[in-house]
Amino acid sequence: MRKIGEWALEMAVARGASLAEARIVSDRTRALGTRNGRVATASENESLGVGIRVLAEGGWGFAATQDLTQEGVESCAALAVEIARASARVRQEPVQLVDEPPAVKEWSSPCEIDPFEVPIEESLELLRKVDAALRSVEGVTLAETNMLFRRHEQWFYNSEGSSIHQTRTVTGAGMAAHAFEGETIQTRSYPNSFGGQYQTRGYELVAELRLLENAERVARECVQLLKAPQCPEGTRDLVLDSSQLGLQIHESIGHPIELDRVLGYEANFAGTSFLTLDKLYTLRYGSELVNVVADARPEHGPGLGTFAFDDEGVQAQCVPIITEGRFEGYLSSRETAGQIGRGRSGGNMRADGWTRTPIVRMTNVSILPGEKPLSFEELIGSTDDGIYMETNRSWSIDDKRYNFQFGCEIGWEIKGGKLARMVRNPSYSGITTEFWNSMDAICDRRHWTLWGTPNCGKGQPEQTMGTGHGAAPARFRQVKIGGAYGS
Amino acid sequence: MNGNGKLDQARCGEIFDQIRKMASGTNVEVTITGGRSALTRFANNSITQNVSEESCEVSVRVQLGGRTARATTNRFDRESLRRVLQEAEALARVQEENPELQAMLSSREQTSAAVVNRYCEETAAMGASERADRVAAMVEVAQRDGLNSAGTFSCGESFQALFNSRGVERWHRETMAQASVTMQAEDSSGWQKQNYTSARLLNARTLAEVAAEKASRSAHPVELEPGEFTVILEPSAVVDLIGFLAADFSGLALLEQRSCLNERLGTRLFGENITIQDDVLHPGQNGPVFDGEGVARQRLKLVERGKVCDVAMARGTAARIAKSELAQKIDRVRATGHGLGLPNEIGEMPVNLVFEVAPGAAKTVPEMIEATERGLLVTRLWYIREVDPYEKILTGMTRDGTFLVENGKVGKGIRNFRFNQSVLEMLRQMLDVSEPVRACGEEAFDMVAPAMRVGGFRFTEVTRF
Repeated sequence: MRKIGEWALEMAVARGASLAEARIVSDRTRALGTRNGRVATASENESLGVGIRVLAEGGWGFAATQDLTQEGVESCAALAVEIARASARVRQEPVQLVDEPPAVKEWSSPCEIDPFEVPIEESLELLRKVDAALRSVEGVTLAETNMLFRRHEQWFYNSEGSSIHQTRTVTGAGMAAHAFEGETIQTRSYPNSFGGQYQTRGYELVAELRLLENAERVARECVQLLKAPQCPEGTRDLVLDSSQLGLQIHESIGHPIELDRVLGYEANFAGTSFLTLDKLYTLRYGSELVNVVADARPEHGPGLGTFAFDDEGVQAQCVPIITEGRFEGYLSSRETAGQIGRGRSGGNMRADGWTRTPIVRMTNVSILPGEKPLSFEELIGSTDDGIYMETNRSWSIDDKRYNFQFGCEIGWEIKGGKLARMVRNPSYSGITTEFWNSMDAICDRRHWTLWGTPNCGKGQPEQTMGTGHGAAPARFRQVKIGGAYGS
Repeated sequence: MNGNGKLDQARCGEIFDQIRKMASGTNVEVTITGGRSALTRFANNSITQNVSEESCEVSVRVQLGGRTARATTNRFDRESLRRVLQEAEALARVQEENPELQAMLSSREQTSAAVVNRYCEETAAMGASERADRVAAMVEVAQRDGLNSAGTFSCGESFQALFNSRGVERWHRETMAQASVTMQAEDSSGWQKQNYTSARLLNARTLAEVAAEKASRSAHPVELEPGEFTVILEPSAVVDLIGFLAADFSGLALLEQRSCLNERLGTRLFGENITIQDDVLHPGQNGPVFDGEGVARQRLKLVERGKVCDVAMARGTAARIAKSELAQKIDRVRATGHGLGLPNEIGEMPVNLVFEVAPGAAKTVPEMIEATERGLLVTRLWYIREVDPYEKILTGMTRDGTFLVENGKVGKGIRNFRFNQSVLEMLRQMLDVSEPVRACGEEAFDMVAPAMRVGGFRFTEVTRF
C-alpha cells in the first residue's frame, strides 16, 4: 500500500500540489437478516480503492479510483490537481490549513471475537430463533432481525510525512416486531431502532445484547400498543430512555456544533447552525447538569466515532462541547479550525470510504452521566406527573437545528412516581436551547450506554457515517408533548 | 479490468461468461454497475469542494434451489471473481429452503424492454473547467445582488448490466447533470434545484436568478401563528412529500401489512383530481427500463381519479399474492418489473412516478396565487419524516423561501413552519394542480410532478428564523 501512496503523492506534488493526501481503503461488509422466518438479507461486499485529496493554487481537488496500478493511481492524482486548479478559479481567498505534526501509527480497534470468523450458520440460527420468538406472540404481523459486520482498513499517507494504518471492526444487531390492526401500524424495536445497536467491536456485542431473551417482551409490547390509548397532548415533564436521548444529542447538539455548517459550507443541503461564533463561551446551551464531549479516543468506549486518527491525519481528541451548561466547542477540521483562530483541528474529518472526500463529522458526541448516584427507578420515582418515552420512531429538526420534533415507539404515563398506563404514538417537540435548559436530572454511569447511529447523512455527494452517542436516561421539565397528532 | 468506470456491454458479457463458467452449473445472476461522477460544491461564493470518482463493481447472486445470496466486489481479477462466487454460495448453502423463492428469470419469460436513449456524450465529457464555469455563473448572480451563494454543479455517467445463467441479458446507460443553488441574504434565503440526463437542458444561471429573487423577496420575514393554511406547494415540495408514499405501493408491503394501503386497495383514497402512474419511459424520467431481476418495467396506473388501482410486484411477490386474499383486490397479478435485486427486505417499489392532469384542468402557479385569499407559497420542504405509517402523517419544515399569500398576491416572507400533515388527507384536499414537470427535491427520488394548491395544510409550530 505504501507504494500506492507514494505514486499518488509524488505525482500530485510534481503537478504542483502544495498538500497531497492518499487514503487507501479496504472495506468488507457482511449483512444477514430475516423477515417472518425467511432469510431476507444474505450478502457480502468488499471494496478497495484510493481517494486522493490535494491543495493546489489555494483550491481543493479530490479524485478517487479503484485502479491501483501505477498508471491508474498517477492518473487519478493528476486529475485531482487539475480539479484543484479549477476550484482555485472561483475562490475569494486561498484555502489555509492549521499545522498538524506528521504521524506514523498502526492501530486496530479492540475486537475479541472476529465477526467474520463466526460461522454464518451460527449467526443465522440465532436470527431465526429471535424471529420465531417475535412471531410466537399473537398479533405480530411482521418480524424482522438483522446483523451487520464491517471491517474498515485504511492506509493514510500525506505529503507532510504522515503514515497511518488503522483497522476498525464494527458489529451491529437488532430486531423489530410490527403489528397492524384496524387503523394503526405499530412497531417495537430492540435494542434500538435503525437496526439495533452498533459498536466498534467484535461479535462479543451480539451476546451482550441478549436478543433472544428480549424478543417476546418486545413483541408483546408491540401488540399491546395496538390497543393502547393515544399519548395525550399537553405540556408535561418528560423522561427519555438513553437511546432516544442519544438521538436527541445527535440532532440538537452534534449537528449544530459542526463548524463547516456554522461557516456556511453546508448551506445548500444539510443547512447551517444557530451556533454562530458569537455564542462560543457565552451561550447557556443547557442546565448545569448538561456536560457534553466529542470524544473519538478509544478510552471513551467502542463507539462508531472511535478511532486513533481522523481522515486528514489528526490525532483523536476529546473536545469539550458543553461544560456545566455553557457552550465551549465546535467540531472542526484543519481548514475550519484556522478560520476561528484555533491552532489545531479538533480531529473531526471523516470520509465514507475511498470514493468520498473527508468532511467535518461527529465522532462520539456524548452527554456525561450524572455525578450524583441516580438510578432509573429513582428518576421515575422522583417524577410526579409526566411521560416516559422509549426508542425513536421519527426525528426532524430545522436547518439551523433549532426547532425539533421526535416521535417514539412507546410511552408510559408517570403518575406519583410510578410508571402507569402505556400510551401509543408519543411525540415531543421544542426549541433546542430551551429543551436542554429544562434538563433537571440524569442517571448515573450504571445507566449510561454508548449508542451507535449508523446512518448519519451529510455532504454532497451524500456520505453516510456512523456516530457514537453516550447517554443515560434523563428528565426534562414542562416539554410540549403530542403535537404531532394534536390539534 | 480494474477501475474502469466505462465498461461496455460486450466486456460486461465477457465478465459474466467468466463467472458462469466458474459456477459450473449453479444458477448465477451477475449485475455489473459503474460509472464516473463529478461534483463541484460551492459556499460563501467560493468553490469549497470539488470531487471526481470512477468506480465499478460486480455483484454475483447464486441460487441453490430455494436458497439465494449475493456477494459483491470492485475487483475484477479472476481470483476475486471466484472468491465472490464462493462467498455467495457459502451464504446460500447454510440457509433453510424457501419454497416460495422463484427460479431465476429465464430468457423465455424475459419480455423485451423498450430502448431509450438517456446518454449524452457532451454531458459525459464535461470536466472540472466546465463545472467551474457553471458555478461561476451562479456566483456572479449572488455577487451582483449582494447575496451569499452555496450549491453544487454535478455531472456523470453510469451503466448497469444484468445477466443470468438462464439467458437473460440487460443493459442500460445514462448521463446526468444537476445544479442546486441556495442564495442567502441577511435573514432570508431562496433555493432551486434541477437535473436532466443532458447538461444542455440545465441552465444554472436561471436557477440562480430564481433563487436570488426568492431570497430578496423573503427578506425580513414575519412570524405567523401556526395553524391550518391553504398552501401552494412548488413541485420540489410535492416531490418530497409524495416520495414517502412510493414504498406503500408495494405488493410485499401489503402482504406484510406494513403499507398504508392495507385494506384500502380499490377504494377512492384521494381526490378525483389525482392520477398517478409509474412510467419509466416518460420523457421526463430516467433510470433503467428493467428491474433487479431483469424484468422489463411496465407502466402502472397506481391511482386513477383518486382510486388506488395497482401496486408494484416483483416476481416472487406476484407469486405470493396470487395465492393470497389480496389477489381478489388486484386486477392483474403479475411481475411488474419493479423488484429490487434479490435477496432484499423491501420487495419492490415504483420509482418513476408521473402525475397526470386531465386536459384543461391545469392551472399555473400565478393562477393559484390569484385564487388564494390567504395562504402560503412554499418553495421546498426539509427533514421530512414519517410520524404515522398508516395515516401517513409526515412532519418536516419549510425552508428557503416561504411566503404569505394574501388577496391573490405574494406578500412577505415568513418564519419557517413545522408541519404535521397526513399525505393521504393532503391528496384529498387538493384544490388546483399545475402541468407536471420533471422536479427534484432532497428527500425523494426525482419525479414528474405538478405544483399543488392544497386546503387545510396543518402547521403546528414556528421556528426562530
